[in-house]
Amino acid sequence: MATDPPATPSNPTRRAFLRTTGTTAAAAIVAGRAPAQPTVTPSESAPAGAHTDGLNNQGAVPITLRINGEDRSLKVDPRTTLLDCLRETVALTGTKKGCDHGQCGACTVHVDGRRVNSCLSLALMHDGAEITTIEGLGTPGALHPMQEAFVACDGYQCGYCTSGQIMSAVALLQEPCGPGDADVQELMSGNICRCGAYPNIVAAIQQVRNGA
Amino acid sequence: MHTFEFIRPADPEEAVATAARANTAQQGADLRFVAGGTTLIDLMKLNVETPARLLDINRLPLDQIEAAADGGLKIGATVRNSNLANHPAVKRDYAVLSQAILAGASAQLRNMATTAGNLLQRTRCVYFRDTAMPCNKREPGSGCPAITGFNRSLAILGTSERCIASNPSDMCVAMAALEATIHVQGANGPRAIPFGEFHVLPGETPERETVLEPGDLITHVTLPSPVLGSKQVYLKLRDRASYEFALASAAVLLTVAAGNVSYVRIALGGVGTRPWRSLEAESALTGQPANEANFRNAAEAAMRDAKPQSENGFKVELAKRCLTHALKTAAT
Repeated sequence: MATDPPATPSNPTRRAFLRTTGTTAAAAIVAGRAPAQPTVTPSESAPAGAHTDGLNNQGAVPITLRINGEDRSLKVDPRTTLLDCLRETVALTGTKKGCDHGQCGACTVHVDGRRVNSCLSLALMHDGAEITTIEGLGTPGALHPMQEAFVACDGYQCGYCTSGQIMSAVALLQEPCGPGDADVQELMSGNICRCGAYPNIVAAIQQVRNGA
Repeated sequence: MHTFEFIRPADPEEAVATAARANTAQQGADLRFVAGGTTLIDLMKLNVETPARLLDINRLPLDQIEAAADGGLKIGATVRNSNLANHPAVKRDYAVLSQAILAGASAQLRNMATTAGNLLQRTRCVYFRDTAMPCNKREPGSGCPAITGFNRSLAILGTSERCIASNPSDMCVAMAALEATIHVQGANGPRAIPFGEFHVLPGETPERETVLEPGDLITHVTLPSPVLGSKQVYLKLRDRASYEFALASAAVLLTVAAGNVSYVRIALGGVGTRPWRSLEAESALTGQPANEANFRNAAEAAMRDAKPQSENGFKVELAKRCLTHALKTAAT
């Protein structure tokens, strides 16, 4: 799943749905005070997935990131974090913005195979690097074993922290980590889950580690 | 976040020459070196740091861990905290450093944060991080609301009327006990700074945290050759089991010979305005029988000058028990 699939009437995507209903709701409010006017929703005025790549930004700097195995030549404002670059410039929205200050782990991605908080890193610092996001881990038809384990163990409730949890968990498999649940808990402490799915997250990781 | 120019110097010499034109290497710097970014980018988002230029030092050849000529260890400035903590020589000879690093932050942050960056980690005082509030460290002369405000996590040692901000680093506490040396390349050439002289007390100028001058680039840190036979312990006490700053911590190197303490190094975290080496505790314990009463005496000596604030009086006893327990663990 490289990007959001295109929205069609029979297959509305969540993002297109939110865009349309948000605009419609706003139009309804306006309509209450003024004569109804034809409204143009963003999804109609611009094709879904057509995001600015920063080309018009003054002072934008060219970089190349290898994202999920694909080279992407981009232009970014120097202030752009790796997180915002992935979500806004490349339109890979699987990586989530939680606290935006390195305190929650929702933005966890792999840079050259190591897990990092993409919110505390500038995209420019990673020119030429290999970035892996949740979209590069598995596909709906062929999930990564860790994704399968999270499903099997019910390792989430609302799902907002889940992509960060899974990216952390996959990186953990390559790191020095003792065998116990407490060892996993310690190395997963940088990923906060406010639903409290922690026991099931630990179970999912242990299931993969134990090859169950 | 304010706009800035992003510069990638070709070598350390270019980095130093560029940085030497800056107005200061302290709070308010218009030029900053960036490595991991875990402190700097965070503070730039808060507009606490507003550098006009960022020098990316990640591609400079400063990322190696090597044996030093004197039998010690040489640690490059951009060695990541996770690589340092898991290095075989560090785990074997400088276990307190490995333990301290792994007790701090999260796995993700340790993968990003660097040795030099951790030396320069900034306080977590809420007033420093909030530009809507006065703070003598951020805005010299604006006042210190922490002294009458939220100060539960702040310092009880080394404070001044101007600032009570605590140093948050775990790595630095271990390095203080290990008597590390910080090597700097500056506009006038290289120099070596003993760990205990690197961080300065807030005094009248809390905006000044280290002895670094414009142009100074930390290139590496050296550790002296390992003290054979010494046991090393880092004990960290905090509000939750992981991923939290220390309320009190202790780094201890201890050698016991014929029941007496023949060698001891002690540093404390979470309680000082800088990583807190306690020479008082060391001298109280050296030559004494290694027992709990003497460990407690050493802890009393370490806290003799403690000056608790309105919300952090508990830290005095907590730090004493932390150090006593760390020494007991090292002695067994």
